[in-house]
Amino acid sequence: MKIIITVVGNDKVGIVAAVSKQLAELNVNITDMSQTLMHGSFTMMLMGEFTPEQTAFDTVQKALTELGKSIGVEIHTQRQELFDAIQKL
Amino acid sequence: METKQIQDTIQMIEEEHLDIRTITMGISLLDCIDSDAKKACQRIYDKITNKAKDLVKVAEAIQREYGVPIVNKRISVTPIALVAAASASDSYVEYALTMDKAATDLGIDIIGGFSALVQKGYQTGDHKLINSLPEALESTERVCGSINVGSTKAGINMDAVREVGQVVKKIASVDPQKCMNLVAFCNAVEDNPFMAGAFHGVGEADCVINMGISGPGVVKRALERVKGEPFDVVAETIKKTAFKVTRVGQFVGQIASERLNVPFGIVDLSLAPTPARGDSVAEILEEIGLDSVGAPGTTAALAMLNDAVKKGGIMACSHVGGLSGAFIPVSEDAGMIKAVEADQLSIEKLEAMTAVCSVGLDMIAVPGDTTVETISGILADEAAIGMINNKTTAIRIIPATGKKVGDDINFGGLFGHAPVMKVSASQPTEFIARGGRIPAPIHAFKN
Repeated sequence: MKIIITVVGNDKVGIVAAVSKQLAELNVNITDMSQTLMHGSFTMMLMGEFTPEQTAFDTVQKALTELGKSIGVEIHTQRQELFDAIQKL
Repeated sequence: METKQIQDTIQMIEEEHLDIRTITMGISLLDCIDSDAKKACQRIYDKITNKAKDLVKVAEAIQREYGVPIVNKRISVTPIALVAAASASDSYVEYALTMDKAATDLGIDIIGGFSALVQKGYQTGDHKLINSLPEALESTERVCGSINVGSTKAGINMDAVREVGQVVKKIASVDPQKCMNLVAFCNAVEDNPFMAGAFHGVGEADCVINMGISGPGVVKRALERVKGEPFDVVAETIKKTAFKVTRVGQFVGQIASERLNVPFGIVDLSLAPTPARGDSVAEILEEIGLDSVGAPGTTAALAMLNDAVKKGGIMACSHVGGLSGAFIPVSEDAGMIKAVEADQLSIEKLEAMTAVCSVGLDMIAVPGDTTVETISGILADEAAIGMINNKTTAIRIIPATGKKVGDDINFGGLFGHAPVMKVSASQPTEFIARGGRIPAPIHAFKN
């Protein structure tokens, strides 16, 4: 299953490390990654892939949402197919 | 990874109110008919609760996984006037209570189909259903009803037009808010996912999933980027935006259909506003260049908008259906409310607008002393527009009992409020008293 993870918040040390560590623990492989500072705001997008038989989507989403709260950023996790459906013919 | 596209999509959902307005499961009740009303109601309850048992769960899971809000989970059923006709009971309130209980037990927002199709005449069940409407709507929370009074093929049933006026007044005398749950149509469609007018047509499959999308905010934002450009650019921008919005409906509908193991019916390409800021069709028209909706040019702007939405949406989904167009309900659109309050928008202008967009005079509050004949006359005018133009038209009118022009009726919460609008004092008394049927127009005979 492919997912898109977006992380938005105030920039500080360790956001990338915390998110990627959490993903590794969840057995989610990062297949693409982009990070920038927009208007002083830290914005990161990740594409992740995992086997739904091993890890449930809800578990990944919940873990990332909670991580976001603990480090003070907003983390959204969505399944990737939506973006293709909207943007591609 | 296309980060720009991901950002655009997230912005459409989070900032521009892109959502799935409704996922509506259509369920046929034709196999629930019984001469014993009690048995029929039990079958109806069993069938609805069985077919739709996972609807809310699946919709919530899709919302969580894909991040697209699905605002309403609804059910439409076969018009009850047909289902109940075989039973001897004089009142069909019991059927409405059954629908309400099924919807409540399932966690469904609204259930539609307490309906009668009388465009050409009445069968046994139709009068009984229409007479049951005031009590049925009063004694239920989630039930919606509709009456189809005319069609391009059949003409307009003027007896039914009069009866609708009487029923609307009767409902309003007890609780004006309940008028929100009743709509009268000309050319009603059988696969409409939107309320109050959704019912499951007899030509439909046993059970289907229909989607109603929305996205006035997305269109408005896209138009902000083409300020001052000619109409060719405006229409092109709306088409591209409507395409994206419709793709969401198609995508979510497909997944829901697979997970529920129910065939996917249609996507209704409608721009459905809500009272929330930035979710308004009126604001789109103003973005096109009107000081206020209602200004000269409004009808042309709306015609272009409606057409461009259809052109953009039609390629984005496998089957288009329902009402498909821009809705212009007054109380559910902050921009419309503002225009009425500022005396920039009248019922007469709204009537002209309904000739070029979907549906009709929707969620309009009129003074409490508006007569039955006036309400029926307004319906006859709308029905005539629908009949002649081969399109769906409707009225959902709320006589604000005890209130006059300039007052405001509040529906509470998400339903917004409506300023009481002026109606002509001139009476169509003898016109409405005639009854009978206005014949179908000449262009109805295409065979």
